Amino acid sequence: MEDLIIIGAGPAGLTAGLYAARSRLRTILFERLTLGGQILTTDFVENYPGFPEGISGFELADRMKLQAEKFGLEIQNQEVVRLEFFPKKNIVVTDKQNLESKTVILACGATPQKLGIEGEDLLIGKGISYCATCDGPFYTNQEVAVIGGGDMAVEEALFLTRFASKVHLVHRRDKLRATKLLQERALTKEQIKIIWDTIPTRIVGKNGVEGIELKSVKTDKVSLLPVRGVFIFIGYNPNSALVKGHMELDKLGFVLTNNDMETSVPGVFAAGDIRSKLLRQVSTAVGEGAMAAFAAEKFLER
Amino acid sequence: MSDLLQVTDENFDEEIINSNLPAMVDFWAEWCGPCKMVSPAVEELAKEYNGRIKITQMDVDGNRQTPVRFGIRNIPTLMLFKGGKVVKTIIGAQPKSHIDEELKKLL
Repeated sequence: MEDLIIIGAGPAGLTAGLYAARSRLRTILFERLTLGGQILTTDFVENYPGFPEGISGFELADRMKLQAEKFGLEIQNQEVVRLEFFPKKNIVVTDKQNLESKTVILACGATPQKLGIEGEDLLIGKGISYCATCDGPFYTNQEVAVIGGGDMAVEEALFLTRFASKVHLVHRRDKLRATKLLQERALTKEQIKIIWDTIPTRIVGKNGVEGIELKSVKTDKVSLLPVRGVFIFIGYNPNSALVKGHMELDKLGFVLTNNDMETSVPGVFAAGDIRSKLLRQVSTAVGEGAMAAFAAEKFLER
Repeated sequence: MSDLLQVTDENFDEEIINSNLPAMVDFWAEWCGPCKMVSPAVEELAKEYNGRIKITQMDVDGNRQTPVRFGIRNIPTLMLFKGGKVVKTIIGAQPKSHIDEELKKLL
């Protein structure tokens, strides 16, 4: 039986793994894709403390991994497909093996939220994107739309100005939610045109995105914006399918925990974007990963 | 990026369309983080299916024509070919097991 199994190797999971390894807990960290989580989709992390020049998401994740492995953390590239919680143990089933562990840390993160409008599913891969760093270069000298008003939407809109001739930032209110600094940058960037009080209603195109239908929330007026790419940054859905019905979640599906990262199941903890909380950042994920590992250690000592 | 056979605009027809074996092409680029998520899995699968399915990569940075030919505007995209035709397109980073399932169907 393991002391601790950590699910997810983004910043939260990697930090939990680092602390667990240093505490000499028998730990395995499972990751189904590659280490790094969502920071791999961002070009540059500017607000993680300790890096005044900023750092690429990939490099930051790589450093976190090397550090954890230096202390002996075992990382396995497998997908956890089922979890069963019992008073004295937890069963973790991956696509390759069945294991038991005294404690579990859920660091599964979140995935981008979809708009849920007509044309979205049809045109995935053909002009609809949730990752500007992946797909931006395909739109060199073309016009694109970015949907959203938070940090991600504004940051990625700014990133896209490196390629696109024009970036239409579509937001449903008359004020952006993003950090003030990012707002300042966006408002002074020539290539970014903000379309306020507007929501997308339909994405159109036959073999690829040709345009997006917009509707004013104030006047109900509908218009068609011709763009070849639509980038959607409206929020995140928690990757909590594994624990749905097994523990308390908030109404959006994020895992509820107390200040010590304890979920409603004793011996099971959560850290990072999967948690119900106010702020989702690398800096908060790292702090929570450390706390969760420490809390798991205290639990094991009981 | 790896040991995988890299296909280009120039040799695409020869290597993929006219291939005797079923084939998969992993469209990637250096600046694409999620592409790096998928690559290790693709490399492992290439070894596992060696001789049965031809698993290759295409750098879309240096090869602009082929992505346009197949309407690819998002990466990572994995395209599976049999008899010169596209039989499956997988868009976005997926775990190895999902890709493996699709490869099995090719055989």
